[in-house]
Amino acid sequence: MVGAACALYATRAGLEVAVVDRGPVAGGTTGGGEGNLLVSDKGPGPELDLALLSGRLWSELAEEFGGSVEYEAKGGVVVATSPGGLAALERFADEQRAAGVVTEPVEADRLYDLEPHLAPGLPGAVHYPQDCQVMPALAAAHLIRASGARLLTGQTVTDVLRTPDGAVRGVRTDQGDIHAPAVVNAAGTWGSELAALAGVALPVLPRRGFVLVTEPLPRMVRHKVYAADYVADVASDSAALQTSPVVEGTAAGPILIGASRERVGFDRTFSLPVVRALASGATRLFPFLADVRATRAYLGFRPYLPDHLPAIGPDPRVPGLHHACGHEGAGIGLATGTGQLIAQALTARTPDLDLTPFRPDRFTEEAA
Amino acid sequence: MSSPMDLAGARPGPSFTVTLDGREIEALPGQTVAAALWAAGVVSWRSTRGEGRPRGVFCGIGVCFDCLVTVNDRPNRRACLVPLNPGDAIRTQEGTGHDD
Amino acid sequence: MTEPGSPGALPHLAVIGAGPAGLAATLAAAAQGVHVTLLDAAAEAGGQFYRQPASALRARRPRALHHEWRTWERLRDGLRAHVRAGTVRHLSDHHVWFVERHENGLTVHALLGPEQEEPAEVRADAVLLATGGYEKVLPFPGWTLPGVVSAGGAQAMLKGGLVVSGRTAVVAGTGPLLLPVATGLAAAGMEVAALVESAGPRAFLRRTRTLAAQPGKIAEGARYAARLARHRVPTLVGHTVVEAHGAERGAAGGAAGGTEPGTERGIERGTEPGTERGIERGTERLEAVTVAALDAEGRVRAGTERRIPCDTLAVGHGMLPHTDLADTLGCRLEGPHVRVDDEQRTDVPGVWAAGETTGIGGSDLSLAEGHIAGRSVAARLHGSAPDPRAWARAARTRTRLRAFFAALDSVYAPPAHWSEQVTDDTVVCRCEEVTGGAIRQAVTELGAGDLRTVKLLTRAGMGWCQGRVCSPAVAGLAGCEPTPVRRPFARPVPLGVLARAGEREEED
Repeated sequence: MVGAACALYATRAGLEVAVVDRGPVAGGTTGGGEGNLLVSDKGPGPELDLALLSGRLWSELAEEFGGSVEYEAKGGVVVATSPGGLAALERFADEQRAAGVVTEPVEADRLYDLEPHLAPGLPGAVHYPQDCQVMPALAAAHLIRASGARLLTGQTVTDVLRTPDGAVRGVRTDQGDIHAPAVVNAAGTWGSELAALAGVALPVLPRRGFVLVTEPLPRMVRHKVYAADYVADVASDSAALQTSPVVEGTAAGPILIGASRERVGFDRTFSLPVVRALASGATRLFPFLADVRATRAYLGFRPYLPDHLPAIGPDPRVPGLHHACGHEGAGIGLATGTGQLIAQALTARTPDLDLTPFRPDRFTEEAA
Repeated sequence: MSSPMDLAGARPGPSFTVTLDGREIEALPGQTVAAALWAAGVVSWRSTRGEGRPRGVFCGIGVCFDCLVTVNDRPNRRACLVPLNPGDAIRTQEGTGHDD
Repeated sequence: MTEPGSPGALPHLAVIGAGPAGLAATLAAAAQGVHVTLLDAAAEAGGQFYRQPASALRARRPRALHHEWRTWERLRDGLRAHVRAGTVRHLSDHHVWFVERHENGLTVHALLGPEQEEPAEVRADAVLLATGGYEKVLPFPGWTLPGVVSAGGAQAMLKGGLVVSGRTAVVAGTGPLLLPVATGLAAAGMEVAALVESAGPRAFLRRTRTLAAQPGKIAEGARYAARLARHRVPTLVGHTVVEAHGAERGAAGGAAGGTEPGTERGIERGTEPGTERGIERGTERLEAVTVAALDAEGRVRAGTERRIPCDTLAVGHGMLPHTDLADTLGCRLEGPHVRVDDEQRTDVPGVWAAGETTGIGGSDLSLAEGHIAGRSVAARLHGSAPDPRAWARAARTRTRLRAFFAALDSVYAPPAHWSEQVTDDTVVCRCEEVTGGAIRQAVTELGAGDLRTVKLLTRAGMGWCQGRVCSPAVAGLAGCEPTPVRRPFARPVPLGVLARAGEREEED
C-alpha cells in the first residue's frame, strides 16, 4: 500500500516510476490488514501529524476512487470498560483535540444510539469522526493503476545498484536490471532486507496479528469500535501476546475482529489461543456476536521499528535511497501522507511535515 | 413409474406437518429440510444478498452453503443437513438472513 | 472435554470421517488394541460413498442405491461389534472444525449435531484424517439456476433423503461419478434425457492398457453401460453443457396458499396449481440445457448446439479433497492432496491421512489406505515400527489403484477451453456473486496473477463456502495455479464457541 501511494504521488509529481514486487499487488502486509485509517489510536506527536495529513489526502483520493476502494468515513468509537478507564480515555482525547483531532465524548446513555448492540453497562466512549476505512488490497491496486507506473510483479529485487561513489543507480532483479536515480524502499515488513541490499541497517521487524472474519451480516456494527486498552497495546514494547478487541463492520457484510500483537518472527502457524482471545474480547464488547459464525481468520506481519515510528525520506548514508516503511499497524492509513512526503523529497520540494522524527538513520546513531 | 422411496423399499413412519413461510407442507420422519422441500416440488428457498437470485441445493453435502434457510427463526442453516421435526417453521431467506 | 477410556488404558486414536477410509482404519486399529474414537458429521456412518438413507425412512432395500454392498455390510458389522465391545466410540453428528496439536497429543474440536452450536472436544494420542472429498463443478452460464445441482449432490439427496428434484434430468460433466449418478436417477424414476461426458472416445483409447489392467473396473463400467441401455439413457461423449436456461414458472407452477405477497420471494412453488405468481425474481428454475460437441482441442464445435429440455441438471467435473484440517495442522500438501508416506503418515507427528484427502481414487483405494493407516497407527502407538508385510495385500491394491486413477484422471478432464464458455456476466463465485468479468478485470487491469490476489480484489472465495466451490474456476479464469486455499476453520464456528475453545486444555 505504501509503495502504491508513493507511486501515485511520485508520478503526479512528474516522475517516471516502476513498482517492483516479488509477489503480487498487496501480497504482503497490505493483504493481511483491515484497512484502518485512524487518528483515534495516536497520541500527539509526529505519527499523529502524519495521520492527519494522510487522512486529508485519503479523503481527496476518496473523491477520485470512492466506491472502488470501499472508502468509508465511518468514524471510530473508543469504548471505556471501566470508570477509571473512561477518565484516562477522556484525558487522552483532550490531548488529541489540542493536536487537531476531532473528538466527541459520548455519555453512557448516548453510546447505544451510536452502537445499539454494544454490551450493556459500559461507562462511556469517545467518538472520532475522522477515523475511516478502505479495502486495502483494492486501494493498492487502484492507486497503482491510476498512477500509470510500470507494475512489475513476481520480480524479486536481488541487489541495489550503486555508482562507484556509492549513490543509487537502480536495482537488480531476478529478471534484469532497472536503472533509476532513486530507489524507494517500500518493502514493509521486509524493509530491513532491502535496506541491507543497499548496505544500510534498518531494524524493521514483524509483529504478527490475526484478524477474524464473520459470516456476512447487515450493518450491526456501524463504526470501528474498540476498547480503550487497544491504545496501550499499540504503543507497547512487549513481545508477549496482547489482544484487545477491535470490531468493525464492512461494506461487504462480514465483521472484522482484531487485534492481536505478538513478536514471533514470520511464523504463519495458526494459533488457537490468539484467535480465542480475539473471539472472547469481541463477544464481551458485542454479546450478539457469540451466535455469529467466524468463517475464517487470516494473519499479517506489521512492520515495526523500535520507536514505533516509520522510516520516511532520503537515507543520508546512500544518496538516492529513500525509505517508506516500518509503519507497523498503520501503514494503510499513513500511506498517503508517506507517498506525498516521498514525492516531495524526490522532487526536492519542501515536505509538508518535518521529516526529522522519521529519519531512516536514526537507529544507527543510537547504536553508536 | 418408480420412485426413490419404492426403489429403496422405504416404509417411513407417518408424515407430519411443517410450514414453509406459513404454508403447510408434509414431511417424513428422517427427511432433511432440503429433502422435504424437494419432495414438495420446491427447489429454491433463498435469495442472494447481492442480486436477489434464487438458490437451493447445489452440493447436497454441506460444502457449498447455497441451500441456506431459516428454520425456527435460526438463519443460515444448511437445508441439506438439517433434519425436520413436526411443527418446524421453515422460512425462505433473503440476503444475510439476519434482520437489520 | 471427552476423555478416552480409563486413564492409562489403551492408546487413543481419533479418526475423522466415517467413510471407507475412516472405517477401514478404525477396524484395523481397533483390532490391534487401539482405542478409537470415530468422529463423523453425518448421522450414520458410511461417508459419501456408502451414504445411508436416514434411518427413520426405514428403507428395506438401501442396497438398491449402492454397489459393493457386501463390503459395506462387513464395515458396518465390524463397526457395530467394536462399538458393542467398547473398543470404538462412534461420535456421529460431530462436525470437526479444527485439530489442535499439543506437546503430547492432539485435541479434535467439533460442533455438535445439525445445529452446530455446541462444542465437543476429543483428546487423542494420534489423529487419522479421513475427511474425503467433494465434487468440483466448473461454471457455465446458468449454473446457479435452481435445478442445477452437483452430480454428487443429486446422488447424496437420492441416497440419503430418497428424493429427486424433478422429472427429467441431464447428467453432465466428466468423470466416473456420472455413470452411477445417471443410472441411480433413472432407477429412481427420473427420465435421464442425456448423459453428457466431455471426455471423448479417443482419450479412452489412449489409456486402454492401463485401464485394461483393471478387469474389475472394466466389468463395473460394463454393468453401468448395460444399466444406461436398460433405462434408455442417451450418452453423448465428447460433448459439454454450454448453457443452462431458466424460465419463470408460468401459471401452472404458480404459488398456492402463500400468506402475503412479500413472503413469496425466492420461492419456487413447484408443481401445485396456483393462482398467484411469485414475485419478479426468484421463481426461476431450470427448464433446458444447451449441449454441444467438442473438437479435438476441447473447444465447442460451432453449429452443434442443441437444446435438451430438463428440470434437473446434475453436473460435475471430478473430485477435490478436503484438506483444511491437514493444512492448518501444518501437514505438507502435494498439489491439492495431503502428502503421506508408505504408512499413510503425514509429515506432522501423530497425524495420519487416508482416502480421498491423500488423492482421489475411489472407495477401494480408500479402504486399502485406511487399512494400512490403521495398522501403522496401532504399531506406532504401541511403540514399535510396523512390519509392512502385515498389509502387503492392501499395499498392492493401493499401488494398482493409484496407477489406475492417475490414468483415469487424464482421461476424464474437463474440456481444455471450458473457460471460454464463462461469459463476463456468468457468476463464478456463487457465494459472493463475483462474475467472470470481474475476475478477468482483476487480472488484466489490476495486476492480480494468483488466486489470493484475485480473491482480495474481487471477493471471489470470501463467502460462506470459503472458495471450496469456486477456487478451481477462479484459478482457471485467472490463468494461475489452483494453489490450496488456507482455511483455518474447516467449518464456520460460532464466536461464542471459539471464545472458549481449548480453554480446559490449558488449565490442565
